[in-house]
Amino acid sequence: MLAKVYVTPKKAILDPQGTAIAHSLHALDYTEVSEVRMGKYLEVRLTGLSRPHAERRVEEMCQRLLANLIIEDFRFEIVEE
Amino acid sequence: MKWGVVTFPGSNDDRDSVYCLERVLGQEAISLWHKDRDLHGVEAIVLPGGFSYGDYLRCGAVARFSPVMSSVMAFARAGGPVLGMCNGFQILCESGLLPGALVRNRSLSFICEWVAVRVETTRTRFTARCAAGECLSLPIKHGEGCYVADEATLKALQDNEQIVFRYVNQAGEALESANPNGAVQNIAGVTNTSGNVVGLMPHPEHAVEALLGGEDGRKLFRSAFG
Repeated sequence: MLAKVYVTPKKAILDPQGTAIAHSLHALDYTEVSEVRMGKYLEVRLTGLSRPHAERRVEEMCQRLLANLIIEDFRFEIVEE
Repeated sequence: MKWGVVTFPGSNDDRDSVYCLERVLGQEAISLWHKDRDLHGVEAIVLPGGFSYGDYLRCGAVARFSPVMSSVMAFARAGGPVLGMCNGFQILCESGLLPGALVRNRSLSFICEWVAVRVETTRTRFTARCAAGECLSLPIKHGEGCYVADEATLKALQDNEQIVFRYVNQAGEALESANPNGAVQNIAGVTNTSGNVVGLMPHPEHAVEALLGGEDGRKLFRSAFG
């Protein structure tokens, strides 16, 4: 079982990296780009858990360590491998 | 006074902090290893600068769960004085001992320079011997020093006098042009509600000898031992 975890900067938090990437895309003539937000993608491999249990555990992992809820949002999906 | 300076893997200002306390200020200072839960009877704790655990995930996020930190958190909650500088400030925020968080500098550049900070409150264990409104010259060296907090937290910080330092210009004004990293309201350091835990991005331990640029940093440490 694999948890795919996405951690992104909150809307209210300035994301200078995303802004720099957007500028670079504009320089490459991708004028349709209106915004880039840069976050993190984590793959967390899990063993021996039922799906509902895995969801609770990953939620807790995100709250305690993987995301800082002051500055980041998170979402995740759990897929069978 | 007996001080403990924590060494995490990747700390790099820990020895300078011990030097500052022992050799410059005549204090007793010992190193505390990140795996050690025993604080060896220290009366004040320094969380030094550096790149604890390689700054993996987020600055301070991994250090916050190291064995020594559970003891540091209990020590802080019991009123013990704790000073976090740079990476130490990031660890204090990650651990919830201080409000807010530190993110990438708005410029995306690592900044290494001397700055002026204004002492906003003397009601902390590390600014008691400063004068309110006094400006100190201290160095900064960081890539993730942009302090952020939501509106409710900022209001609480203001109402409870928890903002300890602001970046200012030579005239002592907290203008945007004097803000090196984009920190909200030019905030360079904050404290908890009881004033025993202080975190700041500048490095007082690097400002303790005239030969190396200035001595203003001494006042923070001296405040703790009165």
